Amino acid sequence: MAARLAPLLAAAALVALPPLMPKYALEVLISILFFGYLGACWNILGGYGGQFSFGHAAFFGLGAYTSTLLFLHWGVSPWIGMLAGGLLAAGFGLFAGYLSFRYGLRGPYFSLVTLAFAEMLRVVAVNWKAVGSSLGLVVPNRGSAPALFLFAEKLPYYYVILTMAVGALVITRAMERSRMGYALAAIRENEDAAEAAGVDALSTKLSAMALSSFLTALGGTFYAQYFSYIDPSLTFGPAISIGGLLPAIVGGAGTVTGPLLGSFVLTPISELTRAALRGRAGADIMLYGLVLILVISFLPNGLVGWIRARRAPAGGRR
Amino acid sequence: MTWLFLQAVVSGLLLGGVYGLVASGLSLIFGVLRIINFAHGAVMMLGMYASYWLFVLLGVDPYLSILVTGPLFFGIGVLIQRIVIEPNRDAAEHNQLLLTLGVALFFENLALVLWQGDFRTVRVWYSGASFLVADVLVEVPRLVAAGGAVLIALGLWGFLRTTDVGKAIRALSEEPEGARLVGVNVARIRGVAFGIGSACVAVAGALVTPFFYVAPDVGESFNIMAFVVVVLGGMGNFLGALMGGFIVGLAESLGAAFLPGSLKQLVVFGLFVVVLLLRPEGLFGTRRGR
Amino acid sequence: MSAPGLEIRGLIKRFGGLVAVSRFDLTVAPGEIVGLIGPNGAGKTTVFHVVAGFYPPTEGAIAFEGTSLVGLKPHAICRLGLARTFQLVQPFAGLTTLENVMVGAFNRAPDVGAARRRAAEIVEFVGLGPRRDVPARHLTLPDRKRLEVARGLATEPRLLLLDEVMSGLNPTEIEAIIGLIRRIHARGVSLLVIEHVMRAILALSHRLVVLHHGEKIAEGPPATVARDPLVIEAYLGESGEAAAR
Repeated sequence: MAARLAPLLAAAALVALPPLMPKYALEVLISILFFGYLGACWNILGGYGGQFSFGHAAFFGLGAYTSTLLFLHWGVSPWIGMLAGGLLAAGFGLFAGYLSFRYGLRGPYFSLVTLAFAEMLRVVAVNWKAVGSSLGLVVPNRGSAPALFLFAEKLPYYYVILTMAVGALVITRAMERSRMGYALAAIRENEDAAEAAGVDALSTKLSAMALSSFLTALGGTFYAQYFSYIDPSLTFGPAISIGGLLPAIVGGAGTVTGPLLGSFVLTPISELTRAALRGRAGADIMLYGLVLILVISFLPNGLVGWIRARRAPAGGRR
Repeated sequence: MTWLFLQAVVSGLLLGGVYGLVASGLSLIFGVLRIINFAHGAVMMLGMYASYWLFVLLGVDPYLSILVTGPLFFGIGVLIQRIVIEPNRDAAEHNQLLLTLGVALFFENLALVLWQGDFRTVRVWYSGASFLVADVLVEVPRLVAAGGAVLIALGLWGFLRTTDVGKAIRALSEEPEGARLVGVNVARIRGVAFGIGSACVAVAGALVTPFFYVAPDVGESFNIMAFVVVVLGGMGNFLGALMGGFIVGLAESLGAAFLPGSLKQLVVFGLFVVVLLLRPEGLFGTRRGR
Repeated sequence: MSAPGLEIRGLIKRFGGLVAVSRFDLTVAPGEIVGLIGPNGAGKTTVFHVVAGFYPPTEGAIAFEGTSLVGLKPHAICRLGLARTFQLVQPFAGLTTLENVMVGAFNRAPDVGAARRRAAEIVEFVGLGPRRDVPARHLTLPDRKRLEVARGLATEPRLLLLDEVMSGLNPTEIEAIIGLIRRIHARGVSLLVIEHVMRAILALSHRLVVLHHGEKIAEGPPATVARDPLVIEAYLGESGEAAAR
C-alpha cells in the first residue's frame, strides 16, 4: 500500500512544491532532473540496448549548437531548433551507429569509438570560428519570451525539464513493453540467439541509437537555454558523457526509473560536496568515481535492481 | 615544405616512442586481464606528479625518479587490481570497463583536489637543450624520453620472453585455460601484469616531465592516444603497441604541421575510427578481438 | 506442386586451411524428419551454422522453399521459416520462460498481445507451463533444452534445425524429448536433427545422413544406414560407445 502511494506523493510534490522552494533548492532540483533526463536518454541505448556509449555528449552538443545557431543567425525559435537538433543528432547517431554495428563493434570497442566521435566533434567545434570555437556561444536572455524558450525565472525551466524527464520515463516504459523492448532485451542477453530467433539486431540497435540520440539532443537545447552559454568542452566533453551514464548505472541500467533515482542520489551528493569543500574543485567527481566503483562491485544492477531483489527474489525481466 | 615534413617526422617519432611505452602497458593489461584500462592515463598523471614532487621537494632528477616511481607504481597497480578489479573479475565486460572508469575519475579528481588544476613544469638544466641534425631540431629531453621508452619497452619484451613470470604472463594472455592447467597462479599473475602495466605508464610519465606540463588532466590525452595506439597495434600485441606508437606519433605530428589549430587530433581520431572499423585486430594483430 | 523444402547442393566450408565441410548435398522435403549423424567433429554443427546464416559458405548452394539462403543474415533466414537451436543452450538468462519464447513469437506476431498469446500456447505445448514466469537462468538443463525448442517453434518455422537437443539428458528426459519432437512434427514442421543418442535418432528419422570428416559417407533409411560398415567403422574409429548405444 505504502509502496504504491509513495510514487504518487513524490509526483505530487514535484509538481506542487517547487514554487515554494528557495532558489538554491530549485536549482539543485533542476540539476537532478536534468541529469536524470540525460541518464534516461543514455539508458535507452546503454541500459536497454546493452551498448555502452561513452560519447553521448556528441548528440548533446549537436542539439545545443543546432538550436543555438538557428536562433542566433535566423531567429528560429529554440523550440523548433530543438527538433532540428534532435533530427541532426539522430542522423549522426544512425551514421555512427551504422558504422559501429555493421562492423560488429561491441562492448568496450563500441565505447571507445563513441568516445572518439564525441572528441572529434569537440575538436571540430573548437577549431571552427563560425560556431564560436573555444569561446563558445552566448544565448541572449533579455527577459521572458516563452515562445523563444527564454524565461526570466528559474521556475518555468523547472517545469520544462520536469516534463522532459517524465516524458523520457514514459517513452522508456512504452519502449520496454513493445516489440522493440523485447528485441533489445534479447540482443543484450545474447545477440546470436536473438538473431536466430528472428530479431534483426542491426536495425533494432539503430532504432535504439536514433531514439537515444534524438532525446539527448533535446537536453542540449535545454542546457543552452537555461545556462545561456555553450562551448565545446561543456557540451561535447566528458562531463556530459559521464554525467549522463553515471545516474543510469547507479540507479539501474535497463530500468525505467533507474536513471532518475540515480540522479536523485548522485546529484545532491555532488552539490553537497561542492558546497562543503568550497573552492576544492573535483571533490564531487572524486566521490562519483568512488560511488561508481562501489555500485559496480556491490550493486551491479543498480539501486533499482537492489530494491527489487529485496522485494521479490524470483526475478524476471529487469 | 620538406623541412617542415622532416621536422614533423622527427618530432612525431620521438613522442611516438613514449606513446609506444604507454600503450605497451595498456596492451599488456588487456592481454592478461582482458579489460581496457580507462585508468591508465590517470596512473601516468600520478606518475608525473610523483616525479614532479620528488624533483621539487628532494631535487631528484626526473630520470632518476624512475628508480622510485617504477617500483612504487608497480605496487600501486597491484593494489588497484587486487582491491578493485580482481573481486569483480567475473562481472560483465561493460561493468569491468566502468570500474576502471571509476578509478580514473577518482584519481584524476584526487589530483585536482590535492594539487589544483594549475599547470606545473619541471625545469632541469637540460630541459631546453637541443641540437641540429641537418636543419632539423632535435630536443634532448624528447630524444632521451623516446630512447628511454624504447629501451624499457624492449627490456619488457625480453622480460616476457625469458623470465618465468614473463612466460606465465604470456601464457595467460594467449591460452588462459592452458595456463591454468599448467599451474600458473592466475590471480597473482593478473596482479603482476596490472602492476607492470602501471609501472610502464608511470615511468613514461617520468620521462616526459622535463618537457611536458604536469596537471590533473594530462593523463586524459595520453589515455586516448594509448587506446588509439593499442587498437592500431593490436590488443595484446606488445611490439605492435610500440610500432603503433610511432605511427600515431607521426600521424599526430604531421597533422599538427599541416593542419591549423588542434585539428591534428582529427587525424588521430580519424585513424582510430578507420582502424576500429576496418581492422579491429590492429595492423599487426592476429587476434579477432572485437 | 509443394514447396521443395531445404536443398543444400555442393556445400563446401573452409576455415583458413581447414576444410570443415566438403561437397555436401542434403535435402529435407516438407514433412520429413532427417537425422544428421556422425562422430564428433564431423562438421554437423558447421552445416547448421552455414545454413542458418552464421557463417557464409565457401562454395555451394543453399535454398529453402526455392529461395537462396546464401548471404542472408540469420534473422532473415528465420523470417523465411527456418529456425534453429544451439548445441550449447543459449537462453536469454534474465528473461522469464514466457518472455524468452515471446522473442521468437515476434517473428510472425503483429503485436505484443499476439506474441504473448502465441508464446503462452507454445510454452504449454512443450510442457513448460509451470515454469512460465521463472527467469531462464533458474531453469534446469532439461527445461532449458525445452525452452530452446520452444523459442524456435514460436517463430512459426516450416523447418526446425535441432542441434543435439538430447545431450546431457537422462533416459526419461530423452523419452520426453522424443515425444515432443513427434508432436512438433505432427504440427506440420519438418525437422533436421543432429543427434548422438542413437536409439532416439534411429526411432525418429525417416532418413539418416552420415557425416564424417566433413563428407557424407552414407544416406538412407535408418535401418540400412545403421548396418552400413562404413558408418560403423567411422563411429568405432572415434568412439565405440556411440555406435553401441
